[in-house]
Amino acid sequence: MNRADPLVLGIETSCDETGVGIVRGSTLLANVIASSMEEHARYGGVVPEVAARAHLEALGPTLREAVDRAGVTLDEVDAIAVTNGPGLAGALMVGVGAAKALALSLDVPIYAVNHLVGHVGADILAEDEPFEYPTVALLVSGGHTSLLLVRDLTSDVELLGETIDDAAGEAFDKVARVLGLAYPGGPRIDAAAVDGDPRAIRFPRGLTKPKDLDRHRYDFSFSGLKTAVARWVEQREDAGEPVPVGDVAASFREAVADVLVGKAIAACVDLGVPRLLLGGGVVANARLRGLAEERADAAGIALRIPPLSLCTDNGAMIAALGAQRIMAGHAPSTLDFGADSTLPVTTIQS
Amino acid sequence: MLLAIDTSAGTGVAVVDESGRVRAERATDDTMRHAEAIGSLIARTLDESGVAARDVTGVVAGMGPGPFTGLRVGIAAAHAFAFGAGCPVLPVVSHDAIALERYLAGGDGPLLVVTDARRRERYWSAYDGLDANGVPIRVDGPGLAKPDALPAPAGERFDAHVVSAAALGTLAARILAGGLAFAPDEPLYLRTPDVTPSAGPKRVSA
Ligand SMILES: [Zn+2]
Repeated sequence: MNRADPLVLGIETSCDETGVGIVRGSTLLANVIASSMEEHARYGGVVPEVAARAHLEALGPTLREAVDRAGVTLDEVDAIAVTNGPGLAGALMVGVGAAKALALSLDVPIYAVNHLVGHVGADILAEDEPFEYPTVALLVSGGHTSLLLVRDLTSDVELLGETIDDAAGEAFDKVARVLGLAYPGGPRIDAAAVDGDPRAIRFPRGLTKPKDLDRHRYDFSFSGLKTAVARWVEQREDAGEPVPVGDVAASFREAVADVLVGKAIAACVDLGVPRLLLGGGVVANARLRGLAEERADAAGIALRIPPLSLCTDNGAMIAALGAQRIMAGHAPSTLDFGADSTLPVTTIQS
Repeated sequence: MLLAIDTSAGTGVAVVDESGRVRAERATDDTMRHAEAIGSLIARTLDESGVAARDVTGVVAGMGPGPFTGLRVGIAAAHAFAFGAGCPVLPVVSHDAIALERYLAGGDGPLLVVTDARRRERYWSAYDGLDANGVPIRVDGPGLAKPDALPAPAGERFDAHVVSAAALGTLAARILAGGLAFAPDEPLYLRTPDVTPSAGPKRVSA
């Protein structure tokens, strides 16, 4: 195997995107994503069985397209990388089964890697110079909301905190429903918030009170916020008053961004780490990016946001992490690993 | 050389040659750990058969019926292996392999194959012997039913707990030899996902 500049094909199926990516060392060659998002719209959220069925259907075409786009042949592939957790168990298993069989058919080693650490690895593939370590990483999507301290991408990642209830992306979906907006909620709320006043309503910031900070300094909670928004809207409706959708959307979005960015910056300051990396699909949210830029700037913290195509779930970030593990001299995974829906972030490779 | 994979019950892998002769076979009846088992089973079966991945000319996939989560692991593996080896996927109804095995063991005439579908339901398929190519003639099914609503067997009823990948591979070899059609390349879930569309937000205030 070429350990200096390995050609790695990565497979990602942890949630509702079937991703296949191909990298050569730290260079991105292909990043193909098939999403089942539209199939979940009528349910108002990701349905695990629907997602898993869609992965199986999308797998073959996505593999084919990635290899075509990368302009490589299969016999050049040095290794397969695959997400084996955390994520939806049934969805992960499709990728795990496929990746093992592909590795065997090509007679190459397999690297089972952590989805969350993969999000951090995406930064390697961005155009400019990669980030130095240590860095704090804030990963926000419909499936996870996690704050990590990354001392070394391939060997030393620590979980600082995570959501204790809903993921931030889930909160966007649920509040969108309350406001009569379509799924997925993130872009709809972003659009509705453009005309709204973010200071119109002071929605609660979960786990930011002094009594909560002792135990949950870097943890998040969005369940109370979601309920507060619903209650506020119901009171308006009960009183027969119109609901100012723009103001509610802007104020809700502000509360989410405030907590996410506030805790991430606090972690950077507390730990003396002047670097913050954002990842996950919620990075598409304009206010989250804007507020992160403002506060990072004010605190003298360097901020990195990879391109959105590398922030949402994708196979390229999994291939990138696999390639970094290979280049750092790590041995491949044995063939017996399974899908682990609650894989801890400290397990970078299974 | 055919590689056969079935995860509609446990996990089974076999290598079968074009004449239908079984070169190697490995299986586990564990109905939970398909994703864990599939890799080592494929690797060991290939090893034992002395067949290299590049010599595989078709990957036989057991399409079920079977519980979804496990069933998908084998079909995904079959597709990925075929993609890597540059050969076709050959989809076969898993119950057909059970029927073939039963007929090869000496049974004949009408046969009702029944397997567990969980949630107190059963999958079933009805057969009436082998055709001239030695392929089981499926006359009805596969279907899904409560145990007391299964079709009345015209002859023997056979409740199976495992699907033999060797029988699956042998069946595929017979289908190829006879120039017959393979099953559609679609998993036989026989159930729609267990969800209802959102009825709008629930009220949170009293
Ligand atoms: Zn993710």
